[in-house]
Amino acid sequence: MPTYAALLYTADVDWSAPEHAETTQEYLDFGAAAAAVIRGGKALYPTSTATTVRVSGGKGGDVLTSDGPYAETKEALTGFYLFECADLDEAVRLAARLPAAWDGVVEIRPVIEF
Amino acid sequence: MEAGDAVARLVRDEGTRVLATLIRVTGDVGLAEDAVQDAVVRALETWPRDGVPDNPRGWLLVTAKRRAVDLFRREAARSGKEATAMPFVEPEPVETVPDDLLRLVFTCCHPALSLEAQVALALRTLGGLSTAEVARALLVPEATMAKRLTRARQKITQACIPYRVPAAAELPDRLAGVAATVYLIFNEGYAAAAGTDLVRAELADEAIRLARLLAGLMPDEPTALGLLALLLLQNSRRAARVDADGVPVLLPDQDRSRWDVAAIKEGVSYLGRGLQRAAAPEEYLVQAAIAACHALAPTYAETNWDALISWYDVLLEVADSPVARLNRAAAVAERDGPAAGLSLVDAIPGLTRYPWWHATRAELLHRLGDTEAARAAYRRALALGLSEPLVAHLRLRLAELE
Repeated sequence: MPTYAALLYTADVDWSAPEHAETTQEYLDFGAAAAAVIRGGKALYPTSTATTVRVSGGKGGDVLTSDGPYAETKEALTGFYLFECADLDEAVRLAARLPAAWDGVVEIRPVIEF
Repeated sequence: MEAGDAVARLVRDEGTRVLATLIRVTGDVGLAEDAVQDAVVRALETWPRDGVPDNPRGWLLVTAKRRAVDLFRREAARSGKEATAMPFVEPEPVETVPDDLLRLVFTCCHPALSLEAQVALALRTLGGLSTAEVARALLVPEATMAKRLTRARQKITQACIPYRVPAAAELPDRLAGVAATVYLIFNEGYAAAAGTDLVRAELADEAIRLARLLAGLMPDEPTALGLLALLLLQNSRRAARVDADGVPVLLPDQDRSRWDVAAIKEGVSYLGRGLQRAAAPEEYLVQAAIAACHALAPTYAETNWDALISWYDVLLEVADSPVARLNRAAAVAERDGPAAGLSLVDAIPGLTRYPWWHATRAELLHRLGDTEAARAAYRRALALGLSEPLVAHLRLRLAELE
């Protein structure tokens, strides 16, 4: 069965803030309901904690470290899941049950098995 | 028609339906295509020699199914998988879409594919059209189309997009792609963009059959009603569009007694039903209304140009395109004279590679008495490549001016 990465793009979220308790509970409920097909996944700290790393000039070059995500956008990568399911239709049905899909977007990408 | 051609055509038409059935049964497009291809080759070898079997479709289906089982076993053996499970058991009869071909169009039109890819894939998989024909029907270069099809097939494989009959609730999401596909099949049949036949009647008939099924499936959907109305109204002129020598006859010169009155009535009634149900102007309905203005006019001169032009105005609101503007300009030329038409035609950008833009300019320049410019415009139209009968028609017009 194929594995899909579901990448959650939403407004930047600080999960520790109390107003997100309800959403957090919704993710926990989703996790319990979809446990059979979830192969992994995590929420991410907000983009203010992000560090961008690039090696200038390719392999062996200088390591350039900068603050924040590469591009400023309204919706940022705030978490991800790995689903193992029969086909894209099933992955889409799962993604539609994620709170991120209700006020942001969920990008589904098939995962290459090496 | 040669007997061999008749067999080849029968094999091709039936092969398309068998492919649709086999894709449904196996759920695997590649496997189904290979198996049907093989059955078609075998039919072309044996039928001309032994005669066409009583049930050609049944023969092709049985042969293709056997081949599919072989292919599946071979594939399973290579990947070391158990081959005991047949790749296909007849699934529960799903009656959401009661026709394998229409079902195939719906499955190709998966919303995870771009609309362009959906349409291209459906046209290609429906078997009637080659990649080159699909490219022409969609007005893109063949290389672009080949790339688009490859990308769509890759996405289907890599993302595991299932070829599954959509549930009733999913049908409306897929309607746009399905309607576009059916319309393009009709267009390819009604006015083949190239080749020797102006009209490939079997494609046009097939599209109308699909549009009927679609309207039956979604009897309150303006898009489905508009599409059927449009196809019926355009097709009602089919018999009058070509003369005895196969030369196309343009609308003003057509013998209106040869128009199909029953089809016009039916088209107008679907148009009415669609307009009642449409909350906002819907593209196919508007196009059907334009076709109805022509179909209901007793003579070309008595066409209701005011009504026609205002429907074109609505069309430009919902689906502005250079071709729609060109057609509107032609109607304005009939109502307000060639000079008014020509200034509108000249103002449309992006049509220099579209032969009808040059042909329309040529006609209007001719009416304005500028024979020199008219000839040049006809030559430019001819240089752009059209079906042979249309080339013959334009050559005739050009000869009249020389």
